[in-house]
Amino acid sequence: MSSRRSRVSEEEINELISKLQSLLPEARRRGGGRASAAKLLKETCNYIRSLNREVDDLSGRLSALMATVDNNSAEAEIIRSLLRS
Amino acid sequence: MDSKGSACSNPNPNPTFGPSKLMLAFRFLRALSIVHRTTPASSPTCRGRRIERAAYASMAYSAGTSRAWSRAVLRRLHHRARRRAVAPRRLSTTAGNRAEALRRLVPGGAGMDYCTLLEETADYTKCLSMQVELMQGIVDSASSNGR
Repeated sequence: MSSRRSRVSEEEINELISKLQSLLPEARRRGGGRASAAKLLKETCNYIRSLNREVDDLSGRLSALMATVDNNSAEAEIIRSLLRS
Repeated sequence: MDSKGSACSNPNPNPTFGPSKLMLAFRFLRALSIVHRTTPASSPTCRGRRIERAAYASMAYSAGTSRAWSRAVLRRLHHRARRRAVAPRRLSTTAGNRAEALRRLVPGGAGMDYCTLLEETADYTKCLSMQVELMQGIVDSASSNGR
């Protein structure tokens, strides 16, 4: 739930930040727990932006794949069965 | 002994770990089939955009209303905002403006206190990466056959 307006302990903040660090893919983590909070937040921002870009790109590819559904290719059959599920 | 396997009674068996991958897949595939049925083949770009909206919608529906970010996504979708992406506003000093960039990236981030922002970011990031994995999996399985 939301935290109180009074100061949240630094301990809790650090815990949340290291949780964010653990969510970053290997390549984006700065080895170990030495990265500053600011750097980790920046990396998290970069990661979210790249995920948004991937959703955008994959949406385009899925749209292109849908176009093949009207063909009788084997790919079309896969997509048809996926869409039916 | 308790059967931990029956997740069907509780739609969100792991509230701390976000939506189950299965529910996410189910929702997204259903949304995809709706897009397929209702978007003319002549507008692939429009279809791409609708698929993208379906991705965020199914993410948000799967997360439910217990998360601020998912509520923000659902609000945005239901209002069908014609406006471009939210113009960055001056944040009120009560919310503070720590992590401004992050607040713009996480839906609903603008009004959150710092602690909530960090929690919401973790959940949002997890769900977003699961959604990407799901979409990549669909693309892969649809592309890898019929060589």
